[in-house]
Amino acid sequence: MDLILSAIDILMRWDVALALLAGSVGGVLIGAIPGVGPAVAIAILLPATFSMDPIVGLTVLLGIYGSSMYGGAIPAILINTPGTAVNALTTYDGYPMTARGEPRRALSLAYSASFFGGVFSVVCLILFAPVLAKVAPMFGSREIFLAALLGLILVVVAHRGQALIAGALACLGIFLNTIGMEPVKYTQRYTFNQDFLGGGVNLIVVVLGLFALSQAFVLLMDEDEKVHVTKLRGGMFQGLRELTRHPRVTAVSASFGALMGMIPGVGEFTAQFMSYTYAQKTSKRPQDFGKGSSEGLIAAETANNAVPAAAMVPLLALGIPGEALTAMMLSVFYVHNVVPGPGLFQNDMDFVVALYLALLILNVLVLGFLLFATRALVQVVKIPNRFLGVCILTLSFVGVYSLRNSATDCLIAAGFGLFGFILKRLSLPAVPIILGMVLGGIMEVKLRSGMARVKEPLDFINRPISFILFTIIILVLASHILRVWRDRKELKEAEWQTKTASTSFGKLMSRRKNSFLKDRGKEVRGRHSKLLRRLKGLF
Amino acid sequence: MTTERERRFVGPRRGQLVFALVFLTLSVLLLALIGEQTTWVKKAKLFAQPRFWPAVSLGGMVLLGALHFYQLPWRRASRYDLWEARQWGRSAEYALWFMGYVFLVPLIGYLPVTLVFVPLLARRMGYRGKFMMGISLGFALMVVVLFKGILAVKIPGALLYEDLPGALRNFFILYL
Repeated sequence: MDLILSAIDILMRWDVALALLAGSVGGVLIGAIPGVGPAVAIAILLPATFSMDPIVGLTVLLGIYGSSMYGGAIPAILINTPGTAVNALTTYDGYPMTARGEPRRALSLAYSASFFGGVFSVVCLILFAPVLAKVAPMFGSREIFLAALLGLILVVVAHRGQALIAGALACLGIFLNTIGMEPVKYTQRYTFNQDFLGGGVNLIVVVLGLFALSQAFVLLMDEDEKVHVTKLRGGMFQGLRELTRHPRVTAVSASFGALMGMIPGVGEFTAQFMSYTYAQKTSKRPQDFGKGSSEGLIAAETANNAVPAAAMVPLLALGIPGEALTAMMLSVFYVHNVVPGPGLFQNDMDFVVALYLALLILNVLVLGFLLFATRALVQVVKIPNRFLGVCILTLSFVGVYSLRNSATDCLIAAGFGLFGFILKRLSLPAVPIILGMVLGGIMEVKLRSGMARVKEPLDFINRPISFILFTIIILVLASHILRVWRDRKELKEAEWQTKTASTSFGKLMSRRKNSFLKDRGKEVRGRHSKLLRRLKGLF
Repeated sequence: MTTERERRFVGPRRGQLVFALVFLTLSVLLLALIGEQTTWVKKAKLFAQPRFWPAVSLGGMVLLGALHFYQLPWRRASRYDLWEARQWGRSAEYALWFMGYVFLVPLIGYLPVTLVFVPLLARRMGYRGKFMMGISLGFALMVVVLFKGILAVKIPGALLYEDLPGALRNFFILYL
């Protein structure tokens, strides 16, 4: 009780109240505009929060993070375009409800489900905080190294079908973190004798380039679309009543969200996928899913809103961010000399509880704001894409330039902006780069200090938590290899099914023999051997 | 005809081959420079070597980049790859607009440059009506007042402000 009272004491300030209001309203607005998203907003606002108190700055950023998904449901339901990436599943059942003339019901249901998810997650974490405070000190250098490695591996394997390039991009992030003066032996690494590289590549510069500038370039290169928004009539409270009719789906989805949020690198998409699948499998009307099912909408929205509060657990307890947004927040902690990790739970528990309470209040504020202001808010969906691009480009300048007043930083950010633009065009993930940068730094420091205390490599996992983490890493890798192997097998089977020629081994060898004997085969082999001779001649 | 392997590929085809090739080439080049760009310290353990993490990361980039390249369902560049590379080049125009803005702010000042930059770029994007020009100017003014005036983010005063008379000079340097 004393803990909660001292946490309330931290929050009872006018600037914190203003930050809560600005964060919640700003987050909803940002979420409602397709093409902006919380990552862009947080990246731009990061340097502005450096001059604020830690609790004020973090409340603004948490507000944007926690409330953007509420706002993201508006365009997902009304115009079939998710406001933020995690609202993609909301379009499955939200838009069909709008199409059959029930936009108000869909929106109020989405708000209510989001509210329940958010509040459930925060309450769970407040109750869970004392346990965390006991477990967190058991994490030494080795455990934190293994947890960071696990987070990085989970982020990579989460990109199904793109795990190789996601892994390569995570390695790029680790490499970017190594550039500059190495702090232990004081040697230069990949500075090419350039002074501006001596201090390393700044994380915020990379974040602004990869998230904000790249999004500006995407929007500026895009075409404006004509948006038709359905008019909303009547009150927005019916969703609150309807939610109580589906207590099982709501509770299970919120639990999935809270659980998945806590695991680094997993996040909203997995939580939503698991909740949606569960809701569909246990529903009395599974055929309605994807055609405007209220249970589907509840599962998607509850799960994604339960994640932000839970995602703060690995960040606060271990100092390990599980995804790009919490990685950005980590830099705010460092700027204010607040080091997240086991020490924070032991020494500043009231600060941690204050953050959770801020999230709780934020959910109430956002729900109240949305229930009364949705009709006015819908208009932001109409902002043209290209103009939005102009706005983001202008705001990105504030973010990058105000860091160190350096034109070189802006040049690096512009370079990463172009790189991020290319990644977006190719549907390749940028998040592994950011996590590679953050977790790479943590891994380097923790491995060095961890290995200094062990005699043999196997001693590294001789403590219970480190052994459990190591086992989980092995299991994750094994299950990923198994999945890749199954995918390959499926692919082979599908390829064989579409082939017109016989698939028997004898026939295959016979075809190979024929190709060797035919003139065309001889000609191709001759050409190849000629090329090989030329290549050998070069050396 | 699209093969099963192509159909199952995540993402568009255009540009993938060019990206994978450039990524792999740069990774190999950086790895080749590791001896020159990092140091091997005597009497230090492997994990404490300054070269260890660059080697791990660049090794990972080369290995995983090569596997990604090998796994691509395409081996030859098509005209769509070149078209995509041209699109990447076209986006550099906006990077130049951004850099122009960056270089002009310390010379002319945050407020005047923003008041010109936003409407000019909006005009370049095809918004020429009075309404959109008004919105652009309003947005530019709001950004400067909010960030420099209220939130006091660190954007230094311009060289041009030095020529302003006493009190006005201080006001401009601090708030605009």
